[in-house]
Amino acid sequence: MTEKCELTLTINGRRHDIRIDPRRTLVDAIRDDCGQTGTHIGCEHGVCGACTILLDGEPVRSCLMFAVQAEGRAIRTVEGLAKGDVLHPLQQAFIDNHGLQCGFCTPGFLMLATGVLEREPDISDEDLLDVLSSNLCRCTGYANIIKAVHAARDQMKASSGAR
Amino acid sequence: MTAANNKWIGQSVERLEDPPLVRGRGRFAGDISFPHQLCLRVVRSNHAHGRIVSIDTTAARALPGIVAVWTAADIPEVPPIDFREGRIPALEPYRQPVLAIDKVRYVGEPVAAVFAEDPYVAEDAADLVTVEIEELPILLSAADPPGEFAGGRNTEVSIIRQGHGDVDAVFRSAPMVVELELAIGRHSGVPLEARGAIGRYDASRDLLELHGAAKVPHRVRELLSRMLGITPSSIHVHEAHVGGGFGIRGELYPEDVLVCVASMRLGRPVKWIEDRREHLIAANHSRQQLHRVRAAVDRDGTILAIDDLYFHDQGAYVRTHAARVVHMTAGILPGPYRIPAYRAVGHFRLTNKTPAATYRAPGRFETTFVRERLVDAIAVKLGLDPNEVRRRNAISKEEMPYHRPLQALGEEIHHDSGDYVGLLDKLLARLEWDKLKAELARRRAGGEAVGAGFAMFIEKSGLGPADGVRIEVDTSGTVELITGGASIGQGFETVMAQVCAEAIGVHYKNVRVTHGQTDRIAFGIGAHASRATVMTASATHNGALKLRAKALDMAAELLQAPADALDIVDGKVVRKGQPSGPSITLGEIATHLEPTSKTLGTREPGLSVEGWFRTEHQVYPYGLHFAVVKVDRETGGVTVERYVIAYDIGRAINPALVNGQIVGGFAQGLGGALLEEFTYNERGDPLATTFADYLMPTAHETPAVDVLLREDYTSPLNPLGIKGAGESGITGVGAAIASAIDEAIGVPGAVTQLPVTPQRLKQILNARR
Repeated sequence: MTEKCELTLTINGRRHDIRIDPRRTLVDAIRDDCGQTGTHIGCEHGVCGACTILLDGEPVRSCLMFAVQAEGRAIRTVEGLAKGDVLHPLQQAFIDNHGLQCGFCTPGFLMLATGVLEREPDISDEDLLDVLSSNLCRCTGYANIIKAVHAARDQMKASSGAR
Repeated sequence: MTAANNKWIGQSVERLEDPPLVRGRGRFAGDISFPHQLCLRVVRSNHAHGRIVSIDTTAARALPGIVAVWTAADIPEVPPIDFREGRIPALEPYRQPVLAIDKVRYVGEPVAAVFAEDPYVAEDAADLVTVEIEELPILLSAADPPGEFAGGRNTEVSIIRQGHGDVDAVFRSAPMVVELELAIGRHSGVPLEARGAIGRYDASRDLLELHGAAKVPHRVRELLSRMLGITPSSIHVHEAHVGGGFGIRGELYPEDVLVCVASMRLGRPVKWIEDRREHLIAANHSRQQLHRVRAAVDRDGTILAIDDLYFHDQGAYVRTHAARVVHMTAGILPGPYRIPAYRAVGHFRLTNKTPAATYRAPGRFETTFVRERLVDAIAVKLGLDPNEVRRRNAISKEEMPYHRPLQALGEEIHHDSGDYVGLLDKLLARLEWDKLKAELARRRAGGEAVGAGFAMFIEKSGLGPADGVRIEVDTSGTVELITGGASIGQGFETVMAQVCAEAIGVHYKNVRVTHGQTDRIAFGIGAHASRATVMTASATHNGALKLRAKALDMAAELLQAPADALDIVDGKVVRKGQPSGPSITLGEIATHLEPTSKTLGTREPGLSVEGWFRTEHQVYPYGLHFAVVKVDRETGGVTVERYVIAYDIGRAINPALVNGQIVGGFAQGLGGALLEEFTYNERGDPLATTFADYLMPTAHETPAVDVLLREDYTSPLNPLGIKGAGESGITGVGAAIASAIDEAIGVPGAVTQLPVTPQRLKQILNARR
């Protein structure tokens, strides 16, 4: 058996010093070693997107990476979206538009959409549909997820313009 | 959000479930852990059928971190997985053992169990278990002659028969007969959260706990009690957040039994989390049937008789549902139509594939495809519009309630209310059908392969006979509604809170809904067969009215006014019409009703009640699906351009949630109609073992759905007039899309098999060249 390695993961600005097998996936480390279980595991082969997190601002599948590959990089997960009691516009939009049913895929969609809207605040509906097609949802039939992300995009744009 | 006079029913209020879920604070099975827990990894058969010669676990046991490795020989006292509804002796020989005994019968069957300190190490050890198999002949089609199961029994478990009238005589004298052979593919619910179970034995209290349960916690407790010989009160089954149900999640599977038995025997909590490959080969499949169906028809399109011979591919074992789906198929096939003579003969057969059970709208998705294909074929043969055939045969509103001497889920079918043709007319008006039809014809004339199709169906929901709830108000005035229902993502908590809050007179957010905890209430039906809103909400309504009466009785004394002069508004009892006059809160009333209270008098202590609802019949909601598709003749790809679902729900507690159920169901139906299929090679190896092979619709393939939600005919069978909603979005999708594809490519009756994958459609198109 390979020696365990010590590393530090920075999740939502907080440092987690952990000791793990080098083969441990990032999502397992985030969930089991750092206790941040909001990020979910849906397929472990990078198709469903339930484990989507932001790594240095980019949406990635955390099931397809080793935890050691994330050392020194900024990890953001669903737990970091709200500011205290104030929900992120995307979280609020998912509630307002009934964009979730069982809620299992929701953290992945929220992080995917956060990453995309931060990078491309003016993204068109068509491009957004392309992006959202990279994650799977089995409950909603997607229409309300799309509506929610449109609403959040428009609101985020309006509030950044007002500043 | 507030509602005038606490009127919560009918409001699309925001869900109680959402805040923790959008913040990553949900608690799904994988999120539950206990100190010192072990991990279970299941070693599964790589052979579709064979005799187990030997299982060598030596190398696995030798690995550091391995606590135990079990085969069937290690758990001789554990019986096969039993049936949910109780003992059915005739089917018992076909039950699945928890770990394979003597033979393996499908790829994915559990043959050994590895218990380890760490899940990665458990997987390493599982790879070291070697299973020697002597291969046996493989049976992959239920329509092929049965093979040997064991002990002189063959793979035909039983033949299901339902029917009425002299079918042979009708066919002998019928002016016209239409005959079809139709196949429905093997697909399943495939929730985004795979299965998970954590067993924990608390020796200090002699209690076995199963965490991660879903759908039917109380049934699971009964089953475990029966199988393990433990009293029901020594078992607590706990539902957590559930990442999608769809029929398949929450049944009792071998892995659930293993974590329970191991937690007792090994003295440590045992956690099992399924991976996706396992899920696709080991959790229940569904749907696969082949129908040879014929209809005797009059020259005006009146159906005189239907005769259906079908083969139900059950996979390798009969699981918890026993013969439910194959039986339901026979009972529900006539759907919304008057069928004077009817015969269904279903061959319930095992094959060397993953065992099958229910998936959202079991028996209805399949039979709606069969029946509506038949309607289309009759229309073609007689040169009629298919909707003319539907009008001629649909049960009319004047005939309601309509009794049919067939059974669904063990009850005689009793169409409770509705106007099937009336709903068709409303749908046609919504579509501006004449205009749309002309437009599609014009596009076809221009060379486009576009077409439209309809499907008419009935659903069934609210299986009885009874459900009960307990409602308690604490001294802060917070209402707790305790139910044996289950939340599988459908919004159960919100809907129950709305019903409870309206009847009592409080804000719905002031109701805490407890569900799926067998230690909190003795009885519960869970969430399946679109029962929850009909049964549990009716019990909630009845209980909440009792609680209100109890609160008013106490308040009458305290406010010196007759109870009928009082009202409860926002959790306060006031005099009717005097909202700002003297008042007393429900919390204060609860204090006055405490056992030690001086004001209690001779009343039963506690502001708490039990509420029950009983019913003899299920309710039968109904609807129509409508699709416009465009076919790419080069690739065989199908794009759904437009989809409309008309559905009469009787009464919608929360229209946004109903809409969500229907639209979500549609997306799953779309998968079953065009994309999703569990296929096997000739050796019985499953070919759909990842999400790259098992194709579920993404946002790209899923069009927006227009839902025409009607509340025209409330059900007379429950106090709120409710009919179920959970399955109506999926029921007609295969049928409507098949019909639309026929029209798009100009080949009536072209589609005889679901899913209509691009390969299959290309074959159809090539054959016509």
